[in-house]
Amino acid sequence: MMKSKKWLELPALLICLLHILPFYVLLTSSFKRESDLSSKWRIPTYWFWDNFKEAWNRADLHRAFINDLVITGCAIALLIVLGTVSSYPLSRYRTRWNQFMYSFFIASLIVPPLSTLVPLYKFYVDLGALNTYWGMILLHVTFYLPITIFLYTGFIGSIPRELDEAALIDGSSRIGVIFRLIVPLLKPVTATVIIVNGVNIWNDYQFSIFFLQKTNSRTFSVALSAFFGQYTSNVGWVAAGSVIAALPLAVLYLFLQRFFIQGLTSGAVKG
Amino acid sequence: MPSRTARLSSGTGIFILASVPYLSARNGGTPLKSFNSPAWLNLLYVPTVVLLLTFIVYPLANGVKISFTDWDGFSQTWDWIGFGNYRRMFHDQDTLIVIYNTFIYGVGSTFFQNVIGLAYALFLNYKMRTAGIAKTIIYLPVIISPLIMGYVWYFFFQYNGGAINDIILLFKSSPIDLLGNSKVNVWMITFVNTYQFLGIAMVIYLAGLQVIPKDYYEAAAIDGASSFSKFKNVTLPLLAPSMTISIVLNLIGGFKLYDVVVSLTNGGPGYASSSLSTYMYRQYFTRQDAGYASSLGILMFAIISLISLTALYYLRRREQDI
Repeated sequence: MMKSKKWLELPALLICLLHILPFYVLLTSSFKRESDLSSKWRIPTYWFWDNFKEAWNRADLHRAFINDLVITGCAIALLIVLGTVSSYPLSRYRTRWNQFMYSFFIASLIVPPLSTLVPLYKFYVDLGALNTYWGMILLHVTFYLPITIFLYTGFIGSIPRELDEAALIDGSSRIGVIFRLIVPLLKPVTATVIIVNGVNIWNDYQFSIFFLQKTNSRTFSVALSAFFGQYTSNVGWVAAGSVIAALPLAVLYLFLQRFFIQGLTSGAVKG
Repeated sequence: MPSRTARLSSGTGIFILASVPYLSARNGGTPLKSFNSPAWLNLLYVPTVVLLLTFIVYPLANGVKISFTDWDGFSQTWDWIGFGNYRRMFHDQDTLIVIYNTFIYGVGSTFFQNVIGLAYALFLNYKMRTAGIAKTIIYLPVIISPLIMGYVWYFFFQYNGGAINDIILLFKSSPIDLLGNSKVNVWMITFVNTYQFLGIAMVIYLAGLQVIPKDYYEAAAIDGASSFSKFKNVTLPLLAPSMTISIVLNLIGGFKLYDVVVSLTNGGPGYASSSLSTYMYRQYFTRQDAGYASSLGILMFAIISLISLTALYYLRRREQDI
């Protein structure tokens, strides 16, 4: 829409530099020996990989990786199944009752997770759900279901109703319509659901720190914060640990950038 | 993309609804029974309702109850103390500071994210080779855990050997205490939160800019409008819907800020940089004041819903005025 202006490249480049600085400092620090007290701006003249090894072992990031993977994977799978199944009646049968239920689901978006921390923690102690996979997964699923249902209901609403009716006339059952007709059409919005919830659940700290306190149930964020508290002075280890934790999503983001930006924005727009 | 039904006025909608039984009657009798809403289909969302009731509604109700007690978090006994906890909030100096901080985090981040996000969107909307890379880089922090982003910036703000103080020491003899000084650290936290999430505002505004019809600018150019006047009279009003979304979103995010505060200052020194979230955590786990912590949670819930709903209402009305 606008004409190309050559001189604008320079300020754009400056903005890039400004925003990449934190990552630059993170990387230089992660390769420096503890004894190396040179400025963080300076690139080390050597590659010191031991920081990564130490962080991986000392913070037990191996375990954290598996925990994070299991929790995020299961939570997303449940979100997709529950989200799809709940959204179908909500978007297809707009009775007054269903509209009320929809408003109820969306209204739960406003409740900040931490505002119910005290009763939730007590509830989890009573249930024996602390430090368990299922406890954490159910919590994530509950708090991300409203946004998931919002996305799915909107998308199903854009699929012509005539398709359902044609399938019903052809003798398909109602459940058959959902799983054989609707579900395959939901791929684009499911990609959004996976990215929005995946990023949030993978990075979650505010829940995990309360409900996953045992060493072997920790996720990345919790393991790192414990590690950081213990070795604040060893910048190299902390930096290496942060790089390891940030890397999986950063790599995915660089390859699937378009999906990430689209997905996160549509999730955000609606959240 | 406006759907076909959205463009019809509500009057037409009623007309269409009224004609439905007509049409089907003409096609020979009653409408197909199987197309009606079978009530059993609503069973499909029962698991969702159960989850929301168990993990959101029940704890919320319980939280309100606990906020009227002096419960310590583990005893079997407690006393009702009425509005005692709520009254305490407004007399306790620490709590007042925390509430003030929370407003800085909420309103401050929202302000900066939107101003800078909008500026970036306008700038990167020009055709240039660097624009794509710039968007990728500016957006990158959004997908990284806020906790880690806090650690990264900690390396900048550190008193000894921090990246910023390395530069300051070139000009001055002593480093600046960016995280220990309670007047400064609140703004450092706001800055990190802004840096991390301004990508969202930028992308929302970029999307908004794409739908502004070019003719508006051409018409304004023919009328001899300056670029500032084009911005003020064409771009800004037409970005109103994007602005609503972006502002409400950032407000919600800023008011419940937790991770960054923990990784940068852990709320300290004392409670000087605490947000409501981190303060509540300390009241509960460190000071075993579950009743008070619960009332703080309810306060946070009230503030966030009140502010986001007010902002939504006010901004939507402004959209219509335009």
